[in-house]
Amino acid sequence: MKRLILALLACVSLAARADDFDYRLVPQAVAPDVYVFVGKTEDFDTRNGGNIVNTGFIVAPQGVVVVDTGPSLRYGRQMREAIARVTDKPVLLAINTHHHPDHFLGNQAFSDVPLGSLAEVQRGIASEGNAFAENLFRMSGDWMSGTEVVVPTRTLQAGPLEVGGRRLRVLALDGHTGADLALFDEGSGVLFAGDLVFNDRAPTTPHARVARWLASLDTLDAMLAGGGVKVLVPGHGAVSGNAAPIRRTRDWLEWLSGSLRQAAAEGLDMNEVLARPLPERYKALPVAPAEYRRSVGHLLPGIEAEALGAGHVH
Amino acid sequence: MRVAAMMAAVLAATVLAVPAGRAAERGADPLGSPRWEDMARSLLSGEAYVFDARVKVEAPDLAENPMLVPVTVDATALPDVKEVLVFADFNPILEILRFHPEATSAYLGFRVKLQQSSPLRAAARTADGVWHVGGTLVNTAGGGCTAPSVGSTSTEWQRRLNEVTARAWSEGPMSGRVRLRIIHPMDTGLIAGIPAFHLEALTLRDEAGTPLMRLEISQPVSENPVFTLYRGKRDGALQAAGRDNNGNTFDVRIAP
Repeated sequence: MKRLILALLACVSLAARADDFDYRLVPQAVAPDVYVFVGKTEDFDTRNGGNIVNTGFIVAPQGVVVVDTGPSLRYGRQMREAIARVTDKPVLLAINTHHHPDHFLGNQAFSDVPLGSLAEVQRGIASEGNAFAENLFRMSGDWMSGTEVVVPTRTLQAGPLEVGGRRLRVLALDGHTGADLALFDEGSGVLFAGDLVFNDRAPTTPHARVARWLASLDTLDAMLAGGGVKVLVPGHGAVSGNAAPIRRTRDWLEWLSGSLRQAAAEGLDMNEVLARPLPERYKALPVAPAEYRRSVGHLLPGIEAEALGAGHVH
Repeated sequence: MRVAAMMAAVLAATVLAVPAGRAAERGADPLGSPRWEDMARSLLSGEAYVFDARVKVEAPDLAENPMLVPVTVDATALPDVKEVLVFADFNPILEILRFHPEATSAYLGFRVKLQQSSPLRAAARTADGVWHVGGTLVNTAGGGCTAPSVGSTSTEWQRRLNEVTARAWSEGPMSGRVRLRIIHPMDTGLIAGIPAFHLEALTLRDEAGTPLMRLEISQPVSENPVFTLYRGKRDGALQAAGRDNNGNTFDVRIAP
């Protein structure tokens, strides 16, 4: 009985923690003047409020560059407060690496500064943003209160980008979505890879084109091999000092697409593919079973269409 | 195996002894749906039915994508199935499809659009006229019937409408399996400005023209339908013929 009461009390106190809608964002310094808010390697829910993503900021001589704005208005505001505790310099630019909701739904909190992204990301947010937001209201609940879609208006292009006296480089890649921006900070050697790289968390694939994604990973890998990159910031999971997260993201994608291709060639139907066990090496990978299920839905129809197209119909 | 078959026969006989319409003997709906009595009245036309675990409906408990919920219906444990009706209690369009396994197993895999969480059921009518009802619950965020098809936002399907791709397996673990995909937007008609436009009939025949399976298809079947079925120990080519509700037809030969 005593134990039960203790357990109940524990539940109540956890609920109370969630009810204050405080993401408890603590910036992690990954290089001089470069900070990352590392999210949980979980799925969206009403306890984490969508804080499952990495965002970050760079303090340039004249101001701050923000990389992704998080999953909600509250997150964006709390992020801005946390930035203000580090520096009193103004935010000069907030960047959305791609059009997934955990990376741009904090834009409202930065609507007084230029919001920048690749052109394709602006189109994606404009067309799919509301549906994404609705979905996050459903999964994260009241954490989302007041959140509305704000489409970035400053178009960023591949190449050098100087902001506030800091030299950055924009990489316009794709494969995780139709347009994935990676940002390299020349001064510190920090590479913000966005969701092209997941670290110890199964990758998500709702808009993935796997072959393109693998090509983008090659590009990032080459950058790391070149020696200029000192810190790799993945879109999800811990910050890394080496290319291991790139290799592990590639490993998952190659296994996933290879396994689905094989299943389609063998003639398995979707329920049979869903029932296949994950390889032993992914047993401990966070959210692997859920992401596998989703990826079957995202990727199998196209792969299966190709496999059936190899048949002989006249 | 023979014992199992005898048991099945005995069970079936017991079922027949129950007068149609007496709910107490049939047991309650295993899925506890408040819509069940309506389903029995409208879809089964008030005919005799029994809940029967031999009719298996496989679908994910939690369907991530309401536009594409995979369903496998397997009534092969029942003898002499004439017709299988698949429906969802809480879909705005109840009937999903109906198939007549004339010379195939009573087995069909496909995908469905769900508007909200719902029981997903298959009712298999045996030669004695009794419907055997199985099903499973599917939870989903919903909206699958009132989201536009991908096809409605591009013009590619107009060029490829009713294009069939298919494969038949005659050896290995999938021996006897046939899979085919038909390009069609399968618009439900529930979205303003996009009229219902869907496949409504598909017949598979063997080389000699003998019907193997006949399908009557409704709007909730997912866009670009993919069907998986078993034709058993037959090889050789297949003929697949069908039409949609706008009168577009196709008739193709699937070589082995």
